[in-house]
Amino acid sequence: MDRKSVREKIARRAEKEIQSGNYVNLGIGIPTMVVNYLSEEKQVILQSENGLLGIGPYPAEEEIDADLINAGKETITAVNGATYFNSAESFAMIRGGHIDVAILGGMEVAENGDLANWMIPGKVIKGMGGAMDLVHGAKKVVVIMEHVNRNGEPKILKKCRLPLTGKKVVNRIITDKAVIDVAEKGLVLKEILGDDSFADIQKMTEPRLITEDV
Amino acid sequence: MKEVLKSFNDAVAGIQDGAVILAGGFGLCGIPENSIKALRETGVKNLTVISNNCGVDDWGLGLLLENKQIKKMIASYVGENKRFEQQVLSGELEVELIPQGTLAERIRAGGAGIPAFYTPAGVGTPVAEGKEVRVFDGKEYLLETAITADYSLIRAYKGDRYGNLLYRKTAQNFNPLMAAAATTTIAEVEHIVEPGEIPPEHIHTPGIYVDMLIEGKQEKRIERKTVAQR
Repeated sequence: MDRKSVREKIARRAEKEIQSGNYVNLGIGIPTMVVNYLSEEKQVILQSENGLLGIGPYPAEEEIDADLINAGKETITAVNGATYFNSAESFAMIRGGHIDVAILGGMEVAENGDLANWMIPGKVIKGMGGAMDLVHGAKKVVVIMEHVNRNGEPKILKKCRLPLTGKKVVNRIITDKAVIDVAEKGLVLKEILGDDSFADIQKMTEPRLITEDV
Repeated sequence: MKEVLKSFNDAVAGIQDGAVILAGGFGLCGIPENSIKALRETGVKNLTVISNNCGVDDWGLGLLLENKQIKKMIASYVGENKRFEQQVLSGELEVELIPQGTLAERIRAGGAGIPAFYTPAGVGTPVAEGKEVRVFDGKEYLLETAITADYSLIRAYKGDRYGNLLYRKTAQNFNPLMAAAATTTIAEVEHIVEPGEIPPEHIHTPGIYVDMLIEGKQEKRIERKTVAQR
């Protein structure tokens, strides 16, 4: 499977995390793609942390408005019923537990739910944006990423090696191979998304996985 | 009634070397374009600038970077600017990165007379270094302090002579918070209107926070133009 199809597969599975009526924040990268697969039967309100509740589709050429962008600085539209607000209000919504689901990208996730997704030591630091606030406020934090890195090494680890974005914040991990929940007792394999066996998934995952009944 | 200025050079004339400046906007959306350009012309140096981002290489706060006027930048994300990277690596520019929600709340607190507050963002990360951690109901929080500044350069859509402001769409972002957090707030507006023209219940920033008003035409450059796929 090429990289694009892998990313699409992850985005499609992540869509199932969203229930009708949810307020949802989608991060930059694969999370942004989730919107392409959002079922029309679901009524979902998307939040953009720069100050919009009710993100609409990308605009037609003649609709482009420089005063209307998402957190990735892309031109967008707003749905009927949308609201605009300032950045403090936006993060009050986030920290205050009013967002039902946040879907973020990840570089590393540890078995206790630690997430690292903002800096690589030695490389130029760009900043964390809103990620450190988002991981603490949303009712459900879902990290979506490829199961292994480009060298084939696990990204789900006993302990993160990169500097953290948040400590014990991830509820669910969705990769191109599996859906894994972070639980008190450890990482629980909930679904296998391809032809791999449990043993195959375990081999690509550093901490021990627990099965309920997959 | 507030002072309505005619020239951006006059508007920024009071800003001295070493000033601390809050600059509104998210990316290039809602930035005070003409105030930044005028500040570049003054050539004042050693500025501490607090803004969510730092413009791009040739626009917004990037213009002040190009002219080496910024000594320290406080922001949440600076990945759009190559010159930024070079100046940090060469040691010319000091940078402090803050989670976006913490940045917004620190500025809000600054304008609201709250010296500090606890937030969960950044616990267990490099952001927590040197900060007090306190547990409430079994969960850890960091103590973060308020941000205030000498000047706020903000941008609004409409403003009247009482200093009342209205923002447009997502160009609001940090602007209303910054309006309240500086000794002197300079509001650059797209349209100066008569008092009463903005219905009182639609005003985002009450005029009490604003010191000077000036009308300025905006270029509104777009950082990432994205259109619907047909």
